[in-house]
Amino acid sequence: MKGYRKYFLNKLLWFLVTLVCAFLLNFILPRLMPGDPVAAIVARLAQGMSNATGVQAIYQQYADLFATNRPLLEQFFIYVRNVAQGDFGFSFSQYPRTVIDVIKSSIMWTVCLQFPAIIVGWLIGNTLGALAAYLRKGFDKVLMPVSIFVSNFPAFGMAVILLVIFAINLKWFPTSGGYGFDLIPNWSWKFVWSVIVHYQLPFWSIVLIIIGGQAIGMRSMSIYELNADYVKYSRFLGIKDRKIIGYVFRNAMLPQVTGLALSIGTMVGGNLVAEIIFSYPGLGSTILTAVLGGDYPLISATTLLITLMLLSATFIIEILYGFIDPRIKAAQSD
Amino acid sequence: MKHTLQQVFHSGKFVVGFSIFMAVLLIVIIYPLIITNRPLQILSQGTFLPPGIYVNVYDSLGSTRYILLLDDAAAKRIASKLSEDDRLAMQKWLVATGLPENEVDIQDTIKLLGQWESHYDPQLNVAGLTNAERNYYIRLDVSLDGLLSTEAVIIAGKNPDTGALEEKRIVELTDYVNVSQVANVRVLPLGTDNFGRDVLTELVKATAVSLEIGLVAGVIATLIGLTLGLLAGYIGGLVDDIIMFFTNIFTVIPGFVLLILISFSIGQEQRGPFTIAVVIGFTSWYWTTRAVRAQVVSLRNRDHVNLSKLSGHSIIHIIVTDILPYIASYVVMALILQISSGILAEAGLSILGLGPRTTEVPTLGLMMQWAMIYQAQILGKWWAYFPVIVVIALITFSMNLMNTGLDQVFNPALRE
Repeated sequence: MKGYRKYFLNKLLWFLVTLVCAFLLNFILPRLMPGDPVAAIVARLAQGMSNATGVQAIYQQYADLFATNRPLLEQFFIYVRNVAQGDFGFSFSQYPRTVIDVIKSSIMWTVCLQFPAIIVGWLIGNTLGALAAYLRKGFDKVLMPVSIFVSNFPAFGMAVILLVIFAINLKWFPTSGGYGFDLIPNWSWKFVWSVIVHYQLPFWSIVLIIIGGQAIGMRSMSIYELNADYVKYSRFLGIKDRKIIGYVFRNAMLPQVTGLALSIGTMVGGNLVAEIIFSYPGLGSTILTAVLGGDYPLISATTLLITLMLLSATFIIEILYGFIDPRIKAAQSD
Repeated sequence: MKHTLQQVFHSGKFVVGFSIFMAVLLIVIIYPLIITNRPLQILSQGTFLPPGIYVNVYDSLGSTRYILLLDDAAAKRIASKLSEDDRLAMQKWLVATGLPENEVDIQDTIKLLGQWESHYDPQLNVAGLTNAERNYYIRLDVSLDGLLSTEAVIIAGKNPDTGALEEKRIVELTDYVNVSQVANVRVLPLGTDNFGRDVLTELVKATAVSLEIGLVAGVIATLIGLTLGLLAGYIGGLVDDIIMFFTNIFTVIPGFVLLILISFSIGQEQRGPFTIAVVIGFTSWYWTTRAVRAQVVSLRNRDHVNLSKLSGHSIIHIIVTDILPYIASYVVMALILQISSGILAEAGLSILGLGPRTTEVPTLGLMMQWAMIYQAQILGKWWAYFPVIVVIALITFSMNLMNTGLDQVFNPALRE
């Protein structure tokens, strides 16, 4: 257990360090820009406003929130205090809603869409990849080119194509939104069914892309392992094929787990764009409205939250990885 | 070197990928030489003109007239105005106004039109008809007007002095013009987009710009990654620790989030395509750093490197002659991947509304964003978005094929 604790503490330390860095970047990047950011934001924002008192109020709120007239270090502590209290101020584009309010209503949609899709895509992709490596021949010949093509497909492209085929031409699924536009969220069967129907297209458009990438990775890992010396040695020893394959795929699986942890960030980035195509009410669409509305507080909070989510997901996967892979323990107790 | 190239071009996957990529590149280079229209020129009034050949009606009236006696001309003329759906709709109306259903034969065009003419009344209120349907019937009635006529049409012009209409020309049903003799014909193979711009010309320019963005981003990312990877791997010690500390942090912080933050902070006015490319490059170097470092660490203690050290060569000399050649193939592969992910990153950013500013040049991502904002996918205007997706997919697909091919050449364990 000692090895695990060391591994765990090491990973926890990294998690905290990266979190602090992400936080710092989130704080510093907008402040590195030349000129007064508050004035720029208010100018961008005030284009659509005719109410002078409103502009003044927003400027004041911003000046308080960012405290740009004070030294950088003090600004930082004010920022930390506000974030710690969950206070990101008002959303500009959806005033008078607060940022926290906007995010609360969209985050569950994203979490419920992204993580199941990534896990399902990962499982199916790895199974297919392992099968391709083991069966070779026809299956491999078909699966590989398809996988390469699909995994290189931009996520938004896949989303648009599924949308056009299944929602517009076949009319099997609705074109946009997270639930029927005529419904109010509640726990009735009608609403849940509507959510399920709206879930399908965004879900599968993400799953398909991930399947491709994972299948390719798993296939090459499995082929590599199948040719390893220990496989030949086990064959000489007369160990049953079934058992050897169990070892092989377990070994091939391990790098795939790390791969999952490392690529979660990239995947979510692409998937946020896919959300926009379906106008899914998640964080992707929130970012779009925030960008179009020049809504700085909302963008800052959303990106911070996405980072936090992804860092936690990666952290959890790495902790699980420590339990799966005995080599970790061995490496740590040296 | 020659031998390596030969080997590379023996790999089927690489050759296929290379050919696709070269084809795209050639089109991007040659097309603007032949067709010199400005890519962002607004051609049409109205949005999303469908693909096709646009012939100027005024000019075709003035050009030489030919008479062709074609048997199926009348049938085609009717079919283009009166589709199967229209016939069914007409039947529905006629039945609703009291005609027995067996008397309406939708295949008998002449009888159907006769019945229609005698029974249709735009003022009549048919139960259960929505306003849209009523308008549809009015449009249908107008378009059917004179469908069975065999009379010629007279083109008249206003006399500038008297203001009276004077006959200019008679157009018979059998009159044809040769398209090559009409002065103004514009071929729009992919129609026009939401602003009325020629999609094909725009797409070619956008592909060129996106490739440039990918190249700049890829080169920046690879150069940073290579330099840091070499330093960390070869020098080791404290330098290694510091570089790897930052690399690890950036590996875990999602690059996409950084891209969003930086692009938003730069602001719309400062965001040219080049700036975007640089930003993408600076947020995607760490994969290369990790991989290069791992390779260099395994090379560092090889005999030939030690020999070089003993001979008193400088660090730069050792890196260039003893280490770089061994990782060159890997660096090329990393560069290819970086270029293709740079193109994808630009597209993703643009769809979020954080792409290059929109006034100068199109990019693939911007075209996609315009199509999405104007709902091309819902309206069924496939030419506005589908070619863009195909081009992006072709570029990334070809690059990944090249990469897989190279991987199999340099990594014998993966060979078939």
